[in-house]
Amino acid sequence: MAQLEARNLHTSYGLSRVLFGVSFEVEQGSCIALIGRNGVGKTTTMRSLIGLTPPSEGEVVWEGRQIAGLAPHTVAKLGIGFVPEDRRIFPELTVWENLDIARRPAEPGRQAWGEDEVFDLFPDLKDIQSRAGGVLSGGQQQMLTIARSLMGNPRLLLLDEPSEGLAPRVVETLRERVRTLKESGLSIVLAEQNLGFVLALSDTCHIMEKGEIVYSGTPDHLRENRDVLDRHLTL
Amino acid sequence: MDSLIQFAQQDLGNPGLAALLSNPSFAFIQLMNSFSQAMNLFIIAAGLSLIFGVLRVINFAHGAFYMFGAYIVYSVAQEWTGNFWLGVAAAGLGLAVMAVVIERGLFQYIYDKEHLMQLLLTFAVVLILSDVAKIIWGTDQYSVSYPASMKGAVDLGVTFYPTYRLFLIVVGPAIAIGLWLFTERTRFGRLTRAATQDREMLSALGVNVPIIYTGVFILGSVLAGIGGGLAAPFNSPTPGMDATIIVDCFVIVIVGGLGSIWGSFIGAIIYGLVFNYGSVIVPNWQDVFPFLILLAVLLVRPWGLFGKPEGGNA
Repeated sequence: MAQLEARNLHTSYGLSRVLFGVSFEVEQGSCIALIGRNGVGKTTTMRSLIGLTPPSEGEVVWEGRQIAGLAPHTVAKLGIGFVPEDRRIFPELTVWENLDIARRPAEPGRQAWGEDEVFDLFPDLKDIQSRAGGVLSGGQQQMLTIARSLMGNPRLLLLDEPSEGLAPRVVETLRERVRTLKESGLSIVLAEQNLGFVLALSDTCHIMEKGEIVYSGTPDHLRENRDVLDRHLTL
Repeated sequence: MDSLIQFAQQDLGNPGLAALLSNPSFAFIQLMNSFSQAMNLFIIAAGLSLIFGVLRVINFAHGAFYMFGAYIVYSVAQEWTGNFWLGVAAAGLGLAVMAVVIERGLFQYIYDKEHLMQLLLTFAVVLILSDVAKIIWGTDQYSVSYPASMKGAVDLGVTFYPTYRLFLIVVGPAIAIGLWLFTERTRFGRLTRAATQDREMLSALGVNVPIIYTGVFILGSVLAGIGGGLAAPFNSPTPGMDATIIVDCFVIVIVGGLGSIWGSFIGAIIYGLVFNYGSVIVPNWQDVFPFLILLAVLLVRPWGLFGKPEGGNA
């Protein structure tokens, strides 16, 4: 059984419908990618999963349990970490405080994330612990927002556009950090427009268009079928 | 100096100003009165400011909470036990219970609503509570004795000054520091600051934000209750005392900057100084002072002394 299963998600913001029946599965420890242009529904899919914008129709099954419609804090406590597109660091809290407020104990027997482990993964954050979140660079904020969700000891990470607006070298570092996380057994749902990032990390790619998944395949398959990419991703 | 006093007395015809200039201990007493009044107001205003800072709700019922604090002290200290401190503790506890009922029962439903809706609901609570108070305590004016250990006055060298009012001057800064430590140094305080900045993100991190809101509402309301309790010996519990205090508190909180503890602290001191010295110099203008302060600050800094401009990021 898949760890996370999205079944036929329909989601709207008020009267404007954004998702039209999105379905996919995430196996424990795997990384699936949602790719597509701006506005196709990647972020809305993420928000539907964490519960910030609950789907009006469809199911989200997490470790065998129906979680669509639960409050975001309940979903988060069940083991899903959310790394939003715009990072949403608390600007007036220090780096350490941003981490501290997200702290939640791991399940017994699992290796737990605390600030020491987080600083091992993102050493840059350690030196700026007492700096306010609002003054960090884009790269530092992205590291912090991932680190922050790790403090809650999730078993799956919703990673929305992590490479957006970052310099290529920072993106490269970030990709290696995310790879480390994946190799540690963390499942990942990755929404990205940076194709290199996606092809390097994901096990399955889903291309979205107008609120639907229009293509699913492995990264290798995508590499061999550039026409699919050209059709769906170029403007 | 003598010519100045004479100028005040004869040319300006202002005996109050002349007394301030000629009598140092009289001037000093006004200073101490300013501080003791300011510190009592600060305790109440800080609660209002804290609640607005986190919940973004302007709670007009805060004045009624203060009035209930004063009445509870009267009942517990004066009528039942004779122990003033027990009365103040009961006022704090009573307001905590009222806060839970009102926040869970009513206010939690209006956080996402427009301001007018919030205004109407909190105002409805004001009307209900003032009638409830009349049902319980009637319309009499009650007097509450000073605590036994704090009757009399202390010799400050320049002059004698009432012990209880000195106590208020000390307790205000203690509460300010306590509140500051709470928001800066405790995890619950950090969570409240995070909730102020991005409520949705905080919930996505697994934090049950409504519980934080309830906690902050309790804390702010307990401050109103304790403030009312401590005021009872010199502000006799009586109907209508809620309306007076809420105006003073709004002036202080807006002058200091909504949501800022130290802003309320400084705002309260400015209020105390202007009110007390102003009352001596131009007694007829007493009722106008709060609004003059408000006007002066709003003209220069519309967001208050310690506040931040609306929409501005840190």
